[in-house]
Amino acid sequence: MNAASKIYNSSRRQFIKRVCKSVFCAASVCFVGYRFHDSKGLLVSTDQADAVTLPDFSIPEQKNKLCIVKGSNRVKTINLALKSMGGIESFIKKNDRVLIKVNAAFATMPELSATTNPLLLSEVIKLCYKAGAKSVIVIDNPINDPASCFKLTGIAKAAQESGANIIMPRKHLFKKISVKNASLIVNWPVFYTPFEKTDKVINIAPVKNHHRSGASMTMKNWYGLLGGHRNIFHQDIHNLIKELAMMITPTLAILDGTTTMMRNGPTGGSFSDLKSTNTIIAGTDQVAVDAFGATLLGKSLNELVFIEKAQNAGAGKANYKLLDPEIISI
Amino acid sequence: MRIITARRISQIFFFLLFLWFCTICTIGEKWWELRGWPVNLFLYLDPLACLGMLLTTGSIYLSMLSGVATAVLTIFLGRFFCGWICPFGTMHHFAGYIFNRKSKKNKQIQNNQFKNSQKIKYLILLFILATSFIGLVFKTNTNFISGSLQTGLLDPIPLAYRSINLIVQPFFSDSRYYRLSFLTGSIFITTLLLNFITTRFYCKILCPLGALLAILSRFSIWRIGKTVPKCTNCLECEKHCAGGCNPSGTIRISECILCMNCIDACYERLIKYRIHPSESGEILLPEISKRKFIISAATGVLAIPILRLDATSIGPDWNPYLIRPPGALPEKKFLQRCIKCGQCMRICPTNVIQPSGLKFGIERLWTPVLNYKIGTSGCQQACIACGHICPTGAIAPLSVKDRFNHFSEKKKKAVKIGTAFINKSRCLPWAMDKPCLVCEENCPVSPKAIFTRKKYITIKNGFNINIKKAGNNIIELEKSSLMPNQLSSGDFYLQTKNINTVKRVVILGNTENIIFIHKKHDFKTKLNLQAEINIQILLFQPFIDPANCIGCGICEHECPVSGKTAIKVTAENESRDKSHSFLL
Repeated sequence: MNAASKIYNSSRRQFIKRVCKSVFCAASVCFVGYRFHDSKGLLVSTDQADAVTLPDFSIPEQKNKLCIVKGSNRVKTINLALKSMGGIESFIKKNDRVLIKVNAAFATMPELSATTNPLLLSEVIKLCYKAGAKSVIVIDNPINDPASCFKLTGIAKAAQESGANIIMPRKHLFKKISVKNASLIVNWPVFYTPFEKTDKVINIAPVKNHHRSGASMTMKNWYGLLGGHRNIFHQDIHNLIKELAMMITPTLAILDGTTTMMRNGPTGGSFSDLKSTNTIIAGTDQVAVDAFGATLLGKSLNELVFIEKAQNAGAGKANYKLLDPEIISI
Repeated sequence: MRIITARRISQIFFFLLFLWFCTICTIGEKWWELRGWPVNLFLYLDPLACLGMLLTTGSIYLSMLSGVATAVLTIFLGRFFCGWICPFGTMHHFAGYIFNRKSKKNKQIQNNQFKNSQKIKYLILLFILATSFIGLVFKTNTNFISGSLQTGLLDPIPLAYRSINLIVQPFFSDSRYYRLSFLTGSIFITTLLLNFITTRFYCKILCPLGALLAILSRFSIWRIGKTVPKCTNCLECEKHCAGGCNPSGTIRISECILCMNCIDACYERLIKYRIHPSESGEILLPEISKRKFIISAATGVLAIPILRLDATSIGPDWNPYLIRPPGALPEKKFLQRCIKCGQCMRICPTNVIQPSGLKFGIERLWTPVLNYKIGTSGCQQACIACGHICPTGAIAPLSVKDRFNHFSEKKKKAVKIGTAFINKSRCLPWAMDKPCLVCEENCPVSPKAIFTRKKYITIKNGFNINIKKAGNNIIELEKSSLMPNQLSSGDFYLQTKNINTVKRVVILGNTENIIFIHKKHDFKTKLNLQAEINIQILLFQPFIDPANCIGCGICEHECPVSGKTAIKVTAENESRDKSHSFLL
């Protein structure tokens, strides 16, 4: 072969090689285009997440329990209340993982009673551990800056010292949930993840005046589980509280009426807004618990529409007397 | 140990210390939180901030006095702060090393020799200082003739704090945002990239603190110099020189940052740090022509008065959206102290303190301003963090008590940073017939600064509805125009016209044409069939009580109309300036 044909051959080979490569590249490009082609586009509303629901945390054999203890010492009153309901052991079993929903909505001092009392919280945590609880976590999605809220309310310290963990409301811990038969809490982000590894739920809330709903007690306390732009629910607050009661049934609801915020709620901010009412209410029926709490605020059930609404939705009894509550005075 | 190893250790130590201070600058008591760490240390050691403040206010605030120590040491030792301590310098030193380590020796020598452009930093220093002293010279009350502390624009210490706090740190935290990130970020990155041109570009050419220290080092007792007038001229020293001070020839003492590279690089060990001046001569300060000197000084002197002719800076057209943190001094005094370090923005637990952009004028760039939409919950009432971290007292340290109303002590009123105003055309109860009250709920002061008035309003299509049938607790309407459960929220009322005893009763719920009410109203006997009813909604419309409003802005943050909010705080009534008050 002479030099010229050599060049010719090699350039033919090169040509064929090049054709192969270009065909391969073109095919790849076509494949990528085909593979990722979206023939539909996105809908404006893509809110089609698989909504989850919260399980029922109540204990069947402990239903309809309610106990009211009068006294100013929260440690004594809560102990007495639980004792008369059969002791904490009838709610918390060995190796239970307990979740406590507190009200830590505002970055204010515990003395102002706008948030769950730290003494009461630490006593409940201690009782849970005494009953053999494996772990206790404390959660809330406050209105003010979360870190400041837990710190200033004394809840962080109380939880830490009694061995409970505070779970901060980080975004990835929220999941969209839908409440069955609800019209408001549909595909709504809720502080859900901590509930996944929880056996028992305790709700501890103070009794507070609330201008929009009339009162903020245990059922309203679940508002602090909601994420997203939850403020729009104020437009239909009574139905929202009803749906919150439908969303979750706690193992135990503890309403702290030792000090009641009579006005300027739910933030308060002054001692003159507070009144000593020296009552602690514990029960398994959150509707009944709140219904009794209303008496501390001097409000009738007509004013607190959400209580009757919650009853009609099957969340509990608005007439707390039907539960034959034990009323103890220290 | 080689002297440059000691220098590197010092640089790394102070740089890490600086990063550590930036990281832990969060409220808390754990060892990795604020606690008692001196997070402002580098700002305190900054003699430029110290001098600037002295010129604007005639005083040196608290720990800012530490700048004097740096100055005194510099007078004796030379620019050790630049070469051994300054964290911003360390960043540039390192960047310069990375960028230029593979260049040829000739190019490195060329890069690292003295350039005329190194004189620019003196002009910058002059300009910045000229903007600040005028108020001390002419003691008048006008807004124009007043010093303005602008050292923070280019002072490397605030610049470093600001860059780390506002650009780097947010990436390591849970959703914090900072306005003006484009400008802050591009300046930070650009200054680093400039090291491609020459190592420590910023330090040599732009840094006003460097210029100040250079002037101070004029009489330094110990200085770098050659022990013999002539050497082999290998130029190894100039290749490694980080200050651009020509150690092989007539050394420029003012440019020498004491990096000690020349001492280490000299094969013949001819360069020493000692009391005797260099055998091959010294240039103490670069010659700056009279013309340039006068131009910088004069433009600096004129800059602030001219800026303030625009009445928006301080004056009749003051910007009501400029809301300063609680405790901030009156605007004129504030601008005499703020060094734009961004520490208040970093410490703020709610992220509400933001750097101000060009919107508020070039004089206020990077000064703190509140942005309630970004902040997670307005300016928290019980928080006084910003005033306590502020190194210069531009934000005065308050006590928690100062933020609350004390009605027992007559004159003790909470510090106000502004007042909320309701935009009635956007507010749900005012404009949309919807109950809301979120702002009222969140108002943290007691008694609340947001109060409400009750109002029954007949809803759309709710006028004069004819009744078909009435039972005890059921009312059937003739036309069905209702959505099922539309009226079930407990806020709707039925208003009757023909009955004397019952005027309004609450509606419990509805279907398309039936309205449910409470049994006790017993409508059957009271209502004749031809009666007409109105369907009304009970609204509580919010109002502001300006005497109680502290301007915390949580109402604005929580307003469900979250784009252009229906309630907005502006700086009216702020405590720091009585002329912004509209109350008696």
